This record gives sequence, structure tokens and C-alpha cells, in this order.
Amino acid sequence: MGRTLVIGIGREQRGDDAAGRLVLRALVDRLPPGVEPVEEEGEAMALMERMEGFDTVHMIDACRSGAAPGTILRLEVSAAPLPELGFQVSTHGMGLVEAVELARALGRLPRRCILHAIEGECFDFGAPVSPAVAAAVGELARRLLEELGVAGKGEDDDARGRSGS
Amino acid sequence: MARKTIKVGYLSRVEGEARLELSIRDGTVRAARLAIFESPRFFEALLRGRHFDEAVDINARICGICPVAYQMSTVHAVEDAFGIRIAGPLRALRRLIYCGEWIESHALHICMLHAPDFLGYESAIAMARDHPQAVTRGLALKKAGNAILAKLGGREIHPVNIRVGGFYRVPRKRELAELVDPLERARDLALETVRWVAGFDFPRSERPYTFVALRHGREYPFNEGRVASSDGLDIPVRAYDAHFEEYQVPHSTALRSRIRGAGHYLTGPLARYHLNADLLRPVAREAAKEAGLGPSCRNPYTSILVRAVEVLHACDEALAILADYEEPEQPAVAVEPKAGVGHGATEAPRGLLYHRYVLDGEGIIRDARIVPPTAQNQAVIEEDLVEHVQRSLDLPEEALRHRCEQTVRNHDPCISCATHFLKLEVERE
Repeated sequence: MGRTLVIGIGREQRGDDAAGRLVLRALVDRLPPGVEPVEEEGEAMALMERMEGFDTVHMIDACRSGAAPGTILRLEVSAAPLPELGFQVSTHGMGLVEAVELARALGRLPRRCILHAIEGECFDFGAPVSPAVAAAVGELARRLLEELGVAGKGEDDDARGRSGS
Repeated sequence: MARKTIKVGYLSRVEGEARLELSIRDGTVRAARLAIFESPRFFEALLRGRHFDEAVDINARICGICPVAYQMSTVHAVEDAFGIRIAGPLRALRRLIYCGEWIESHALHICMLHAPDFLGYESAIAMARDHPQAVTRGLALKKAGNAILAKLGGREIHPVNIRVGGFYRVPRKRELAELVDPLERARDLALETVRWVAGFDFPRSERPYTFVALRHGREYPFNEGRVASSDGLDIPVRAYDAHFEEYQVPHSTALRSRIRGAGHYLTGPLARYHLNADLLRPVAREAAKEAGLGPSCRNPYTSILVRAVEVLHACDEALAILADYEEPEQPAVAVEPKAGVGHGATEAPRGLLYHRYVLDGEGIIRDARIVPPTAQNQAVIEEDLVEHVQRSLDLPEEALRHRCEQTVRNHDPCISCATHFLKLEVERE
């Protein structure tokens, strides 16, 4: 089995855009051996470089697709182009979608690339993370740990079921 | 009466947010408006009451692509007010980090933003499928530039190691030596990029620009020089305000500039090249010649070629600085605040970046003025549009729209940097 990377993407000063980083921090201490964590702002080139050399990459980000705030999405992006879900919250318009699609065009996309997205509500400067997103952070951390083969623990159970998917 | 309006609601592949509007009546282009609608950012007001040391890091935040330029113009302006001159290895290190910024900024623009225009692609992603090598080369160049920023600045974006008087920490010789191999590879890639770009099909154009750039006399300008123009202007930086003025137009949140009593002017790679081509590193001069560039270039569509030549120059210049580097005794010279006015101008990737500060005896900023390259170039971009659209009116609508976008991208506008002022005006009919 190849190396696995989990990337928490977002900017802490932009309200719900912090969601990706918060999910990563919620699970970072319980990652199984061989799974590497990293936080990124979401700039395309940096993301592309981060993914290099990994067999499996889980990306966690906030999005703005029009769904209910806190909605969790899981997309296998290795197989098909990323739909336009409104990830553009990075500097100068080159973000996650560009990173994935450019890596794909250059044949540099990891064999398995999974995007976990939480629908955000407010991306204003200095805004707090909205309650629906905060609840989804715990839930996504739990699901992702499960996907990575880490058994769930009681402390996360109360987060279950709060957010739809 | 035949009347046509072309609108590009959201310009892609430029840094920041702008809109383009052209109105055409009876086969004549009546107006071109590059409408910058990005929110104003009030950096100049933000700087008032701040200590000069803070200004360096606050200003880095003006741009994620060219933070070094903002930091450099800041430190030079403050040092001018305090009567400090930086020489020797500290001066060389400043040039080195500027090389890094030119490399990363130009590589991004050439390969990701501008080349798709010439090769007929909607985006760099679409282009990457057919030209993976060129895109990979661009990414590798950008990475080499970023490596210089990270090494000297502490991180790739918004470096934190630059201060008035020098640096907070200077690298050891062996640390800098780690940059040699990647930069030698980058220099090869830069030469390949010049050759690749030279093969593009450039629309014909010959614009009567007045060029404005720094001229140093002994080196291709980054941090120092007099402000010179192709019309014979040759003034010290501190005389900038006496010769240039900013003014406002209703359709833009960015101020624009003109030479007092004369008119608009262009700053950036074409201007630098016109005023300093003989001072390029030999390898870059040779590549420019091979690519068919003469001593001056007035075709804005070939600005991409000049940018590629400047990337090559910056790689070679960086290697020369690395070869000569001797560790300075101190990371910064002593700084003694002094009340006064300081002026600084450096060459950002997009052109001349002028700063002026009024400081009190404690080193607190009482007034600040920042004139970014894109603000200075706005009027010329609109003039280019009028001229080129007029000649392309027989193109089908979509092709014409594309030509307009390409014409704007010739000048690599950084909208985010340019917006810093707002006066709300409502037009009523």
C-alpha cells in the first residue's frame, strides 16, 4: 500500500473556510501510521506539489454549492472532473479545482484522490465558524477516521446525525 | 446607427477582479473601460500611526504574487527618510530575493495565464493536456523562484524576514549554496521557455508608448536607480511627485497616473527592457537577440517574450549573487529613526512601484502613499484596447472578445494591488 496524505484546506480568518483545517486538527492525533497530515491555504501550485508522490490523498475543504450549511460531500475525484462547487476562496482564483484538474491534465493526480467538502455558510473576514459547520466538522472527522480504518470512539458519537449529507 | 457594446463581465486569468467594457458606434471604437470593481483596501490609511517596522509586513499583504516588491519599496523609502544606505552582501541579498519574485511571478503569468491566449486555449488546464512539458517547465520555474523566497524570506508567500536596515536573519553560505543546483536547472528551463515563447504567433502592433522604468546604469534594475522615461525624463526617485500625478476616474476603484503636463505612460517589462536592455546578463541578452527582440519592443503582445527573457536574466543574476556571496557581519545595519519624508521606488514584476512616507522622530508613519504598477498602466491598457479593437472589428464576436482579454493580459495587471482608494460617485443621466 502506498503513502496516504490528508490535507486540511482553508483560511482561518475567513469564517467557515476554516472547516478543512478544523477537521484535520480534530483527527490529527488519531491518524494511523503511514497517513500524513498537512494544512494548506488552498493555493493551486502548493496543493499540486503537496500531492506529489502520494498514492492516496484525502482533501478536506469548505465549499459553497448552494446546499444547506453543514452538508457533507464526498467525491472521488480521480475518476471524473470536479464539478463546480464553489471552492474559489483562495488567492487570485487558482485553487483546489485548478490544482486537481491541472494535476490530472499533467498525469500527476494521485491514483486515489478523495474530496471531502463541508458546505459553508459565511466566509467573511473574521467571522466565527457557523454552528452547522462546526457540527459537521466533528462528523466528518469521525467518518474520515472510519474510512482510514480507525475505529470510532464514544466521544464522537454525539456529533453523529447532526448534519445531513 | 450601428451600435455595439462588448462586455467581459469577469476577466479571467488576471490577478484580481475587473470588468471590461467597450462601446463601438458606426464602426469606431468610442470607449474602452477597464472597470476595476475589486473593493478598495485602504492600505495607506492603515499605515498611518504605525511604526515603520510594521509597515514592511503590513505591505507584504498587499499582494500574494509580488509581496517582495512591496516590502522592498517600503524599506528603501524608510531608509531614504533615515539617511541609511545598504551596501555589500545585504544589498546583494535584497537583489537575490527580488530575483526569486520575478521568477515566480513571471513564470506564473507566462505559462499559466498568458500562453493559453497564443495557443488558443481557454485555460492553462486545457493547454496542459496538449503542452504538458511547457506547463511542467513553468511550474518548475515557479518553484525555483519560490525556493529563493522561502530561503531568504522565511516562507514563499508574504515573507517575514525583510526589515528596514536589512534582514532579521541572513543565511549562512552553505544554506544559500543549496539554491545553486535548482537555479542552474531553472536557468536551462528559462532558456527553453524563451525559445518556446519566441515561436508564438504574435499579433502585429507598434504602440507609441512613453516608457517609464528605473535606470541604474550598471545593472538591470530591481531595487535602485533613477526614474527614467523614453522621452528623456531622468530624475531621482525623490522627485517622482513633482513629475507624476495620480487622478481618479468614476469607473475604477484604482487611481491612475500620468506624467504632469504630458500624458499616460507604460511601466513594466517592455519599459524596463527599452531603458535597460544593454544591462541584461549576457545569456539573457543573447537569448533576446536569438528570439528576434531588437533593442526596443513596442508590440505589447510580445511582452510575454520580454518576461521570459527577464526570467532568464533573474536566474542568471541569482546564480551570480550566490557565487559571490560573503556572509555579512550583521543581518541588518543600525537604524535610527529620524523625522522626515522618504521616497522609494523598485521594479516589481509588473513595473515601477513607488512609495512615499512621512515619518516622525519616533519612526511612526504620519502619511503614506503607494503607487502600484497596475494603477499606472490602467490608462495605457485602455488605449491599447481602443487601438487593437479598432483593427480587429471584422473578427467574429467571440474572437474579438478574446482579443480584448489577451490585450489586457499583455500587461499582467494585478488588480488587487491597484485598488486602494474609493470615492463613491454615482453617474446619473
